[in-house]
Amino acid sequence: MNFKFSIRMSLSVKHLLGIKELNTQDIETIFRTADNFKQVLQRPIKKVPTLRDTTIADIFFENSTRTRISFELAEKRLSADTINFSSSGSSVSKGETLIDTVNNILAMKVDMVVMRHSASGAPWFLAKHINASIINAGDGTNEHPTHALLDAYSMSEKLGDLKGKRIAIIGDIMHSRVALSNIFCLKKLGAEVTVAGPPTLIPKHIESLGVTVQYDVKKALQWCDVANILRIQLERQHKPLFSTLREYALFYGINKSILEGLQKDILIMHPGPINRGVELNSDVADSKQSIILDQVENGVAIRMAVIYLLSGKADVVE
Amino acid sequence: MKTLLDTHQLNITLQRLAHQLIENHLDFSASAIIGLQPRGIWFSNRIAQIVKEITSENIPYGKLDITFYRDDVHTGDILVPSHTDINFSIEDRRVILIDDVLHTGRTIRAAMDALIDFGRPRNVELMVLIDRHYSRELPIQPDYVGQTVDTIITQKVKVNWKENDGIDEVVLID
Repeated sequence: MNFKFSIRMSLSVKHLLGIKELNTQDIETIFRTADNFKQVLQRPIKKVPTLRDTTIADIFFENSTRTRISFELAEKRLSADTINFSSSGSSVSKGETLIDTVNNILAMKVDMVVMRHSASGAPWFLAKHINASIINAGDGTNEHPTHALLDAYSMSEKLGDLKGKRIAIIGDIMHSRVALSNIFCLKKLGAEVTVAGPPTLIPKHIESLGVTVQYDVKKALQWCDVANILRIQLERQHKPLFSTLREYALFYGINKSILEGLQKDILIMHPGPINRGVELNSDVADSKQSIILDQVENGVAIRMAVIYLLSGKADVVE
Repeated sequence: MKTLLDTHQLNITLQRLAHQLIENHLDFSASAIIGLQPRGIWFSNRIAQIVKEITSENIPYGKLDITFYRDDVHTGDILVPSHTDINFSIEDRRVILIDDVLHTGRTIRAAMDALIDFGRPRNVELMVLIDRHYSRELPIQPDYVGQTVDTIITQKVKVNWKENDGIDEVVLID
């Protein structure tokens, strides 16, 4: 194996902290690698021995179902060893600091850290202080890079090149890290992005990211090729930003009759978990236009690609 | 740079290898050809085509990428894989693995591991265009060989194909 005719990888980054730091080439490299992992996931034996020598710690300081399972499955499909850690029931509740917690885990010879944290910026802070590669699995209201990658990957699977495609991100933009990462990712791939929702849930000055703002959801749907509908994150809303869920559903919720009125088929996406009957009705979530379950399936392949591509850059943790 | 096989010689070698394969298999109904990505597929494309022309049989033909099975994943740069495309069952088939240059044998080791993840073939044979003698690091020997060459480790063997490189030839680069 002296010959390496395959194209050399060079993700420009050592960590996946945010989409903001990736270039377009990085995103395309991740997609191309994910294609191969997607094919692996369809075989009778759905795993490869690639990361037999790698140990990965999944550190979740915030609740998660699908992201955590998706990461864990991706790691296992790559034959990596995994450690799971959640803040409840750990020494974090005794007052241990983030760096102490992570350094203690790394002292057990861990090569890579997947972290979710409720504080925006936590993975950047950690990256300054430890040697292992870090993958951000969601930090506060800032970024959720693997989710944006799987969203864009799922869109391009259906639509091809995203250049010039129109994507509407609808709902609770203010509290959504999926929205911010999606905006960065889609802009880098050349798509046009509109954010839509009630004025109280759209951050001021978001136009400076190169997106347009629309307060009328029906107009946004009329305009777009893909509608990525976000969850109303009541747990992050510390003051009332709309009067009732029923009112939200009435003015901003998406149902079958709205979609039928568009006279074109748009793709419907949702990062989950869905508040059925609030931002999305069941007759839409379970319709043929919905690619919500494709998103979940692609999530594993995308995370395998990211973990694989970053695995070579981990400094050895002594 | 030294030419090991020119266009004419390469063509004769391809014809011979295809005939040897037919001689050995006679009936390809339970056989399959699998080329190794990325460079081996130019060679396997030709062999599959010549065998088809001679026998007019449709032999299952797949392409295998071994990037995820390498034993040096973390000793060099991380590589972006090529596509694997095997859209038939290899279960109980006689599989012919095809690669252009056999050197240390590590690629073939990885290929056998990758292959077994798709099923249990009846047997596996190996065809290579160039066998770099005396440079094996694993106990792997080919069943069909285009040409055996003695090389030292610093030399490189490059197989060029008209479809990709503009000319059919095999060269030794010092």
